Amino acid sequence: MDNNRTAIEICNLSKSFGDKKILDNINLKIRQGEFVTLLGPSGCGKTTLLRIIGGFTEPDSGTVLLDGRDISSMPPYRRPLNTVFQRYALFPHLDVFDNVAFGLKIQGLKDDEIDKRVRKMLKMVTLSDYEDRDISSLSGGQQQRVAIARALVNYPKVLLLDEPLSALDLKMRKDMQIELKEIHDKLGITFIYVTHDQEEALTLSDTVVVINEGRIQQTGTPADIYNEPQNSFVADFIGESNILNGKMICDRRVEFAGHAFDCVDEGFGENVPVDVVVRPEDIYIVGQTSAGQFTATVKSRTFKGVHYEMFVETDTGNELMIQDYNSFEPGSEVGLIIKPQDIQVMKKERVCNTFSGRMTDSTHVEMLGGVWECLPQQDLEPGAAVRVEVDFNKVDMVDNLDDGTVTGEAHFILYKGDHYHIDILSDEGWHIYADTTYVWDKGDLIGISILPKDLRISRSDEN
Amino acid sequence: MKIKRNAWSIPYIVFLIIFVVFPLILVGIYALADADGNFTFANVARFFSDSDALSTLALSLDIAIETTALCLLIGYPVAWILANREFNHSGVTIVLFILPMWMNALIRTLATAQLFNMLGFTPGRGTLLAGMTYDFLPFMIYPIYNVLLKTDQSYCEAAADLGASPFKVFRKVVLPLSMPGVLSGVMMVFMPTVSTFAISEFLTNNKIKLFGTIIQENINSSMWNYGAALSLLMLIIIGITAFVATDERDTEEQGGSAV
Amino acid sequence: MKRTLARIYVWLLLLLLYAPIIFIMVSSFTEARALGNWTGFSTGLYRSLFEGDMAGAHSLSMAFKNTIFIALVSAAAATALGTTAAIGIHNLRGRIRKSVKMANSVPMLNPDVITGVSLFLLFVFLGISQGYLTVILAHISFCTPYVVLNVMPKLRQMNPNLYEAALDLGASPIRATTKVVLPQLRPGMVSGFIMAFTMSLDDFAVTFFTRGTIGLETLSTYIYADARKGGLTPELRPLMTIIFLVILLLLAVISFKNRKNVNQI
Repeated sequence: MDNNRTAIEICNLSKSFGDKKILDNINLKIRQGEFVTLLGPSGCGKTTLLRIIGGFTEPDSGTVLLDGRDISSMPPYRRPLNTVFQRYALFPHLDVFDNVAFGLKIQGLKDDEIDKRVRKMLKMVTLSDYEDRDISSLSGGQQQRVAIARALVNYPKVLLLDEPLSALDLKMRKDMQIELKEIHDKLGITFIYVTHDQEEALTLSDTVVVINEGRIQQTGTPADIYNEPQNSFVADFIGESNILNGKMICDRRVEFAGHAFDCVDEGFGENVPVDVVVRPEDIYIVGQTSAGQFTATVKSRTFKGVHYEMFVETDTGNELMIQDYNSFEPGSEVGLIIKPQDIQVMKKERVCNTFSGRMTDSTHVEMLGGVWECLPQQDLEPGAAVRVEVDFNKVDMVDNLDDGTVTGEAHFILYKGDHYHIDILSDEGWHIYADTTYVWDKGDLIGISILPKDLRISRSDEN
Repeated sequence: MKIKRNAWSIPYIVFLIIFVVFPLILVGIYALADADGNFTFANVARFFSDSDALSTLALSLDIAIETTALCLLIGYPVAWILANREFNHSGVTIVLFILPMWMNALIRTLATAQLFNMLGFTPGRGTLLAGMTYDFLPFMIYPIYNVLLKTDQSYCEAAADLGASPFKVFRKVVLPLSMPGVLSGVMMVFMPTVSTFAISEFLTNNKIKLFGTIIQENINSSMWNYGAALSLLMLIIIGITAFVATDERDTEEQGGSAV
Repeated sequence: MKRTLARIYVWLLLLLLYAPIIFIMVSSFTEARALGNWTGFSTGLYRSLFEGDMAGAHSLSMAFKNTIFIALVSAAAATALGTTAAIGIHNLRGRIRKSVKMANSVPMLNPDVITGVSLFLLFVFLGISQGYLTVILAHISFCTPYVVLNVMPKLRQMNPNLYEAALDLGASPIRATTKVVLPQLRPGMVSGFIMAFTMSLDDFAVTFFTRGTIGLETLSTYIYADARKGGLTPELRPLMTIIFLVILLLLAVISFKNRKNVNQI
């Protein structure tokens, strides 16, 4: 099979529901026979992307190409693709055989041909004796197999799977993962698989596409995604990781947690703020403090079966998670070593908040759907369009919503060793980023206030 | 100690026995008795030898079946349109179809009859069918709408995914899945139409007499035993319809308030 | 295109469906005696409805009062009986539960004529003279199933540990029921009451058979007798218009309140 031929190509695809942008300029190529996983948290747009490929949702703009042919305006029933739906959508009024035969009957195949293909397919999913069974009498795993058989019996060019295993219990899910992988290897059909389970994605896929907030964050092999996350979202979402603020001193030299380390990354420039990712299993822990690059105190220790998980506080006050086969008593002093190739340096997506606003008078600026007091701005007339910058650690978050100038909810929280970096989604739909040492939970309602002196205001270049 | 709360159903069970079960048994008893209370088949026999009564029953069944068919034919598309997100987004329109039921049925029917009269239709079979369809259409639309609304959109998507054109999706998936709604709609229209009285007289200017009217006339003229026999017959027809239509469905699931 | 056709179909049907009602409403604003004649706009019928200075207005107002009285009493009794019954049935199991539920659905399936005749025979058999009491009992019998049907889903939605939690916190079974269970059931009871009330209001056949010969008239039987005599009392037009509008208002208020409650959760 020609493994380099593109089966599905997605170009400049965007989709909004009302004001909410679900997909934002998605570009993606999927090779023939590839097992591709669209991975992301719920609401990230992965299911919408799958539904657009399947033809159930129309994109606002952009195209979907199948074997180089534009299928964007083709109705789902003409597309040579089949879908395994999230809760299977098996027809309750038909038995197992008729469910699987549904597509073939629509195609108008001869009865004996239908019979042959359905039986073959049911045999493949090990449901040979279940032809006459009612759908409601099947277990979740069996329904899952029927749904897969019903899709595959039509020999689709591409099989779309929308969180197909999410309704199964853990044991069943593991078994079905192996079966799905075997089916894929046997048939060589392109699989596009949607899931929010990173472990599932890493286990099954040839290629993982990490999606968040309607954008592709990273595309790569499972190993690439795990070992070289391109931004803090991917690093945090895939596996466990220590994400810290750092500074690129020069090529191959980075500073974080109060110490300078050799690394393998280049091209960031000098003295540039960066994010640094170190996986907990990549920090070597030794009893002799003199043998380490730096020292730390063990704060807690949990036995996890294969390894111990320990939280340590470094001599500079950063908290790190470490996984190691060796156990160290809480309270003991240890030495830590991080190898250059285990340090993943990522460009910072932003170094401070930047909002656009408008002066209402010389001491008030309107932005984010609220009016904020600021220091007197002599050279800015009321109505002037301005750019406002606020440092992450100057955003004040309060429990009492009435005390905030605007309110929002904690949308995404990243632990950075000695503080939390919180993405607050305001009620008006703006993102406000804040650094804090206070513990918030995702979904918490937050009032936001900023001191007048912390608003850095300049005339906007626009209009 | 835990008080047995299933005991709370006892008053209602007693009430049901006295006011629902026992009266129905009484219908049977009166039907199979003469005026002095002796057992007899005479009342039933009298019905089957009374060609007028027989033809009235046939006519009633005929009218009921035709009304039901008309309601289904007119009502199904309405239910389908209203349950379809492509055409209708709010639940207000369905309420508009149910609201007329809150106008007293008799006066509504009288107004309908008068409207027909003013439009120049001669009272008779045509006005009867049209008027009854008017009266009972909401009973057909609502249950079908409910079932269609609850039908998971993913079944339609799955069918389309497997190559079914919109028409085939309807015929092979939507229609079979909506059958429970159709059945309860049929039941809710057929039962009152087959037994109706007063309404048919209003709509046909007393020209057409239906089975319900005969029952009423007999009871009112103190022919209790014969009236009971006719009622028993009606009860059997209703029982058969209910048996065929309910099939193992739980009535509780069908309920719910129209408010 | 498809959408326009669908819309035309729906609205055309609605127009036809509402034609008789609009007809009654419009003709309530003219003083012509026969329905369908127009002798110019007038609110005279409304005035005479409230002042009762037209012939027949007295018996009409009696019929109206009877109807409301019977509907209120029956709906209240049905709500009390139906709610206790629902709690009981909810705690029943197996065959008994099934048969009670079946018996409960009989009055809803039974045609009005049969219900009327069977209850008529019951009262004859028991030798109870027919009047207000028999009509109310009859109305309770066909209204209660709707209350049961409206309350049962609320019981199913209710956390089964709620009642036990109240007992655990020291409430007596009666207090636990009135303070914890009943408030949870209230929406079901309210919609059950309204359904019962409107069913009773609208009933003709059952009342017709169980009212006896004491001259008890409700609006339905009054209309029936009127129509048989050949002409409707003109004041019925404004009266039915008002009743219909009041019920609409009531329904609107309740569904608005329900929506607000849902939004709060």
